[in-house]
Amino acid sequence: MSRQADAQLSGSQRISRALLTLISPRGAVFLLLIVLLLAITALNPSFAEPGQFIRFIQRVAPIAIVAIGQYFVIVAGEFDLSMGSLVTAQVVIAGNLIGQDDSRSIPVLIGMLVFGALVGLVNGLVTSLLRVPSFIVTLGMMLALLGGVLYWTGGAATGNPADGFREIGRGGIRNVPVLDIIPWAVLVLAAVLAAAIWFTKTPFGRSIIAVGDNETTARFAGIRVWWVKTSTFILSSLSATIAGVLLVGYAGVHPKVGQGYEFIAITAVVLGGVVLGGGRGWVVAAAAGAFALEALFTLLNFAGVASTWRDGIQGVIIIAAVAYSAAVFRGRRKSPSVTSPISGKEPEPFAEPAHSAPQSRPNEGNHSTQKEVQ
Amino acid sequence: MSALAPKARRRFGTTAIVYIALLAVMIVGAVLVNTAGRNFLSPGNIRDILTGMSVLGFVAIGQTLVILCASLDLSVPYVVSLSSLLGATIMAGNPANIIPAVLVTLTVAAGIGLLIGLTVTKLRVNGFIATLGAGLIIKGYLDTQYKGTAGSMPWEFQLIGATGVGPVPVSTIIMLAAALLVALFLSKTRTGNHMFAVGGNEQVSRFSGIRTSRPTVVAHMLCSVMAAMAGLLLASRLGVGSPTVGTQGGYDLLSIAAVVLGGTLLLGGRGSIWGTIGGVAIFAVMDNVMSVIQLNPFLKDVVRGVIIVAAVAVYTGRAIESRRPRFGRDSQSSMYPSVDLQLAMDQEKERDHEPTS
Amino acid sequence: MQRKKMLVFAAMVSAAALVGLAGCTTDPAVTPPSDAATTPAESQGPEASSNEWFDAALYQKQYDERGVTPEGPADQPYLQHINAEMIDTAAYKADGAKKACFANASISNPWRQTGWITMNQQLKVLQDSGAISSMETRDAQDSDDTQIADIDYFINEGDCDIFLISPNSTAAMTPAVERACATDKPVVVFDRGVQTDCPVTFIHPIGGFAWGIDTAEYLIDNLKAGDKVVALRILPGVDVLEQRWAAADKLFQEAGIDATDYFTGADPAEIKKIISDELAKGDVQGVWMDAGDGAVAAIEAFEDAGKPYPVMTGEDEMSFLRKWKDTGLTGLAPVYSNFQWRTPLLAAQKIFAGEQIPKEWVLPQSPITVDELDDYLARNSGMPDGHYAKFGGENLPGYPEVWEKRMIP
Repeated sequence: MSRQADAQLSGSQRISRALLTLISPRGAVFLLLIVLLLAITALNPSFAEPGQFIRFIQRVAPIAIVAIGQYFVIVAGEFDLSMGSLVTAQVVIAGNLIGQDDSRSIPVLIGMLVFGALVGLVNGLVTSLLRVPSFIVTLGMMLALLGGVLYWTGGAATGNPADGFREIGRGGIRNVPVLDIIPWAVLVLAAVLAAAIWFTKTPFGRSIIAVGDNETTARFAGIRVWWVKTSTFILSSLSATIAGVLLVGYAGVHPKVGQGYEFIAITAVVLGGVVLGGGRGWVVAAAAGAFALEALFTLLNFAGVASTWRDGIQGVIIIAAVAYSAAVFRGRRKSPSVTSPISGKEPEPFAEPAHSAPQSRPNEGNHSTQKEVQ
Repeated sequence: MSALAPKARRRFGTTAIVYIALLAVMIVGAVLVNTAGRNFLSPGNIRDILTGMSVLGFVAIGQTLVILCASLDLSVPYVVSLSSLLGATIMAGNPANIIPAVLVTLTVAAGIGLLIGLTVTKLRVNGFIATLGAGLIIKGYLDTQYKGTAGSMPWEFQLIGATGVGPVPVSTIIMLAAALLVALFLSKTRTGNHMFAVGGNEQVSRFSGIRTSRPTVVAHMLCSVMAAMAGLLLASRLGVGSPTVGTQGGYDLLSIAAVVLGGTLLLGGRGSIWGTIGGVAIFAVMDNVMSVIQLNPFLKDVVRGVIIVAAVAVYTGRAIESRRPRFGRDSQSSMYPSVDLQLAMDQEKERDHEPTS
Repeated sequence: MQRKKMLVFAAMVSAAALVGLAGCTTDPAVTPPSDAATTPAESQGPEASSNEWFDAALYQKQYDERGVTPEGPADQPYLQHINAEMIDTAAYKADGAKKACFANASISNPWRQTGWITMNQQLKVLQDSGAISSMETRDAQDSDDTQIADIDYFINEGDCDIFLISPNSTAAMTPAVERACATDKPVVVFDRGVQTDCPVTFIHPIGGFAWGIDTAEYLIDNLKAGDKVVALRILPGVDVLEQRWAAADKLFQEAGIDATDYFTGADPAEIKKIISDELAKGDVQGVWMDAGDGAVAAIEAFEDAGKPYPVMTGEDEMSFLRKWKDTGLTGLAPVYSNFQWRTPLLAAQKIFAGEQIPKEWVLPQSPITVDELDDYLARNSGMPDGHYAKFGGENLPGYPEVWEKRMIP
């Protein structure tokens, strides 16, 4: 599949391409998701009812948003291990600062966003300017954030914030026909996903992939690498903040809320076919990875799998899914793309690898043109 | 394009920095311990520090090898737990079972490492995911198979965890012996040498005729075996095997942090065992001092987090100047086995074109 | 390759030689265990634990202890004891303020945090009265290995007059506790036990089986055979938690209750998902928990699904008590007596005074019923949600601000 072919696709070709995509590495996650959803429905038909399904989306929203944030960091070639702790920190901050006073909701929400951005800024600057590996920077941030917030609150003992604030994660637009309820969390997820897709299409969004693909090339091409990387950390921290806002509504204040989200998010992103090390991946697939993971947990709940076996099953599926992607990927590489003079990477039907610098693109919107220029 | 030649000089330089950092931590620590009315160099305190080094040391030695090969091992906590249980249940309090139990445990661990290594090299699953998944699988087995602590260590084996030569625990001596062995392995054997090459640049290594999968598989096997040694040591200290003892220690992330603190490049290809031991020692001294001055446990984590980052920042800050690129960060995508030959060629090509574009 | 083998061989020989050498210079502080000493106070031997957590003898013991009226001062539950065999501590009688060394498992959950605050306020009282000079604490952050090192450090460097130990786990901490006993200084163990009776006293509430019995009996009384109960458990493999479930599971099976258990990691988000999925499958009549933090998320899952409230057992954590009151659901708050954190230091005082104390100090452990709910809510009205109602520190200095502000040293 060459890029020129991509641009010429239309109509029925597009449909067949979509089907082909399902068995491609980037599409594998959608295939997995469909299989899992069908399996859940087979076990429990009511799951497919719109009212139930929208609740499922509501539940996935926080982890999907965290995965979207993690996507940007990973595609830029880094890791963010501090996301789980930041979620916890934001949940605890909301509980402690808002309390039962609804009028504080807006100021505290702004404060949380500022705090989240600051965490991302620190992660990003230490990674990009001090050259400390992001794995270490965010590991340190993970320890320091959680320890700090527990120290500050004496173990995060304070209760839930006002119900008005929790409504974001817990409530929704009620009395909707068919669905019964449209949870706010679903709308927030839709907005975040739309913003993320839009962002990846902007020149700046493309430069993130360029940096992750080849930092030196990107630098020579005039990209401010330090700022691009820092901005991805700010994005991931902001997404963790939004997830925290949703979770404090969905679950309430507890020091365990958000725990392990960094690994779930990384797993989700990798399931979505995003390559650790950067330069390749599609944000929608990353979000789909989160849905697939959550669907897997739900399936295990419905199937009544013994609680002690779950982790093992999860482990097998993660490895199998990634191995499948790798196998299909290699299978493809053996054929035509080797002759491609431009890039040895997997063709990108959806997102742009953006090897070239933004200023060298005569036409930002056209995939094929860009490739040929390079 | 050999990654081997400049290695020795560099490694010496960074390892020296690690030990300077360790010295600084020790001086600050000694002052703090003194203000708490204690003696930093008393036998009991030295023993506390060295004991703290032993278990993490084993795990970090193995982790160094894996990271040198540009992989990671997140499954170590579970291998540690599993090994403690295997050792304790096979020994079952009988000294005659010590040798078979140790052999079986290390063999099982090597088998786990082999499977992980093959998953990484043959199935091309990223080390992060392969070991995350392997860890979950082992955890599932532990949760299903074992209800709490099990088995019992014969007294003779418990001595390893409980005795010392003067203030130096036997466990630390064994750990340092293992470090020596692995260091020799790295410098004197072909497979050891190739670990640097594979981690430095897999494609180039392959061009040079190195069978790139072999060092990675061996590294994963040795890492699991080292984790098993840590598990056996823990079982000897606990007197029983425990399904949670590995996760309790947080050995996955801590060992990676110790390795990086010790000057090993997380992207692979450069590092040293002795640097890692220095990194482990920094952690042990830090923990010892924080416990002696009775720091709030929550604040301990804050201090750990800040020190990890600050220490690595000091090191990377200096290393940037001494480094100048052959393999700069631009080669990072090669750390992931799923990127293959073609990519390397493309990157070379792109590099060549850069100045003109 | 040949060279490599030689090297490896040589190094292995030298390593083996080192081990042999070291074995010859065993630290005199380390003594082999006497076989007689390993009869466990709580008979959770390694053999038993590798099979099942249910222990019929211990179950029966705790079943009976629930019905015993405790001895001791009526208004000081932390000094009461059940079926105690008193022992003489005259051997430890000594004048002057003593130094206590406390090896704590962790303060990583709200229950332990609450107790830790209480313990420090108790310490202030005993410091003022001149019984205890100071308490040095090492926190093992949930690690067995760290706690063993902590105890060894105390033995070598602590200059301790008495060891207070809250073990991180039962079997694993036994060798280290035996080493502490070998110093001939008094050792007090509380909360989780160890498999040796060498400590002067072992302080604990009745226990996990009693919790399981209280809660399961309550659910069985309020449900009928065939009803569905979701059991929310924190994690596997911890004896005090496993015993709660072992007892409840047995009783549920006998009563024909359909109980399904899940591990939640104490994460409320996980709890809510589990309950939501169970409600999607079918109706749930009861919820059982092995620890109450996160109970609110479970109740909210019923609210969000528009289902009637379940019959529920939580814990005496304030968040559950408040939600229980708000919703008016049919519930019970089992208690794992948090006031036990006061007892170890008071025991130390008694030991140095040469008074008689119980060898196994079983503290009362009685659930909070709906009739007592208002009383406990009123008494703890200013406390945070993570506070435990039966913390027993009302007569200590700093009450209530220290607990309200959750001042953790």
